Amino acid sequence: MSTSALPDKAADTVAPPVPGVATPRGPRNDKDPGRFRALGLGAWSALAVLFLVAPILFMVVFSFNDNQGRFNFEWQGFTLKHWSDPFADADLTKALENTLLIGLTSTIVATLMGTLLAIALVRHRFRGRSATDFFVFLPMASPEVVMGASLLAMFLVLGIGTGFGTILVAHIMFSISYVVVTVKSRLEGMDPHIEEAAKDLGANEVTTFLRVTLPVIAPGVAAAAVLAFALSIDDYIVTSFNAGQTQTFPLFIFGATRQGVPPQVNVLSTMLLVLVLGLMLVNVLIQRRLAARDRAARG
Amino acid sequence: MSLARRRKLLPWWFALPGLLWLIVFFAVPILNQVSVSLMSGDPEVGYDLTWSFSTYWDAIADYHEQFLRSIGYAGAATVLALVIGFPLAYFIAYKAGRYKGLWLLLVILPFFVSQVMRTASWQLMLNDDGWIVARMQDVGIVSEDGRFLASGKAVVFGLTYNFLPFMVLPLYATLDRIDRRLIEAASDLGASRATAFRKVTLPLAIPGIFAGSLLVFIPACGDYINSSILGSPNTTMIGNVIQSKFLNVLDYPTAAALSFILMGLILLGIAIYGRILGTRQLTELAG
Repeated sequence: MSTSALPDKAADTVAPPVPGVATPRGPRNDKDPGRFRALGLGAWSALAVLFLVAPILFMVVFSFNDNQGRFNFEWQGFTLKHWSDPFADADLTKALENTLLIGLTSTIVATLMGTLLAIALVRHRFRGRSATDFFVFLPMASPEVVMGASLLAMFLVLGIGTGFGTILVAHIMFSISYVVVTVKSRLEGMDPHIEEAAKDLGANEVTTFLRVTLPVIAPGVAAAAVLAFALSIDDYIVTSFNAGQTQTFPLFIFGATRQGVPPQVNVLSTMLLVLVLGLMLVNVLIQRRLAARDRAARG
Repeated sequence: MSLARRRKLLPWWFALPGLLWLIVFFAVPILNQVSVSLMSGDPEVGYDLTWSFSTYWDAIADYHEQFLRSIGYAGAATVLALVIGFPLAYFIAYKAGRYKGLWLLLVILPFFVSQVMRTASWQLMLNDDGWIVARMQDVGIVSEDGRFLASGKAVVFGLTYNFLPFMVLPLYATLDRIDRRLIEAASDLGASRATAFRKVTLPLAIPGIFAGSLLVFIPACGDYINSSILGSPNTTMIGNVIQSKFLNVLDYPTAAALSFILMGLILLGIAIYGRILGTRQLTELAG
């Protein structure tokens, strides 16, 4: 059997040994060293992921710890007392309320503005388009400490007091760019001919947008919204500059690290994690159903 | 207004709200900050624009140590994240099979718990009498006094941890997009696995390495959460200085000057790094 006699396709499956030529290393020829390597790679990856989730596991487990001292790091027995009273600390509860309210509002506003901006950038050729593109990219390339400090300086100059409103303004600002990038990548993958076809069939701009463009980019918009929400509820640096006397969840935790984080923080963080994971799951399930319906409609 | 004219203005109406928001709350503050950095005065009387460029020189003279430390820590964290993250991204892209989604979910899971909370968890897990520090002592990572916290190593550890997903995700995206047939072609032509990796996979992964490194290095440079929670007064980074100048000392001009020196250093770093990896990737990234 010689290689030249084989159809091209054979290269995709198993390469036959050719005398005089170094043995081609397909997956089957060096099974044992290959397997060893794969095992090493798998073990390294598992360790890396364990590293990533370790503090989260710690946080969840120690929300059930019957801790006695100020610092919650020594296992002293299982208890449900923190879970039965997660809102025991009034300041913490207020901080969480602020975080959720700011997160929701900034997500809605930033997703709306960012999506429209992304559509303008991808679907239209207008003067100053590439400059706009670059400008939108800039906030992502700036260190948070620079953005936070600059914004506070401007508020000081204008005599605007910092608090809930200024945090909201700041969160919308740093979320927009991430929304634009996420929605843009989805739009760029969309066939523009679909929209043209809709217009050729008599749909006007608005109908085309609502019935054609929006359904196609919806998963991208949903992903952008989840990202914006995650960015907002997590932010510490920009917020710390523009918060005034207002507390948010991350600000509270940061302040508490010195005198010991109360276990209610573990409980509430775990609840938030479950909430966001639940939302993501719902998003995935909806996408799957829509995809299934699509396939069914196409026959 | 004619229909044609309205059509021409349509993209601007779409872009306007977001663009205005970024101009008013991002561009204007940064420009204002430039003028703040050139002011002089003191917190009691207030500050006036006197075009005093000396603030910049004083800031460099007083805080070059923190600048060097920030760049050193952020650089070390970037290299560590690449070393830990590349095999992980490679594994997810090529070997994870149908569990790909699950692996990716585990990589982004940290995003759903506050960064401050995760760092605070590490602070507790890395306590001096804890299991992890005891194991570190066995391998000799911890210094004589048996402490890991409050050291530069702990800050680099925290930075690596916090920004690792930002390295893994672009690397994964790039590796996943590589046409497998190119790698197969290399081995069909007699290249060993190592050669195929070095000559085919790695060069094609460079855009991902570039993007990932920036996404780790830029936020790590300005970060002060890790050095505040895991470090000590001997490990302060430039972010700590800017924050305390602004919020505690009320020395706005110095804080502003420090911000711009930091941004300048980061841009310089990106330019050099882009040169090393090839400018093509840089333009690809910007375009």
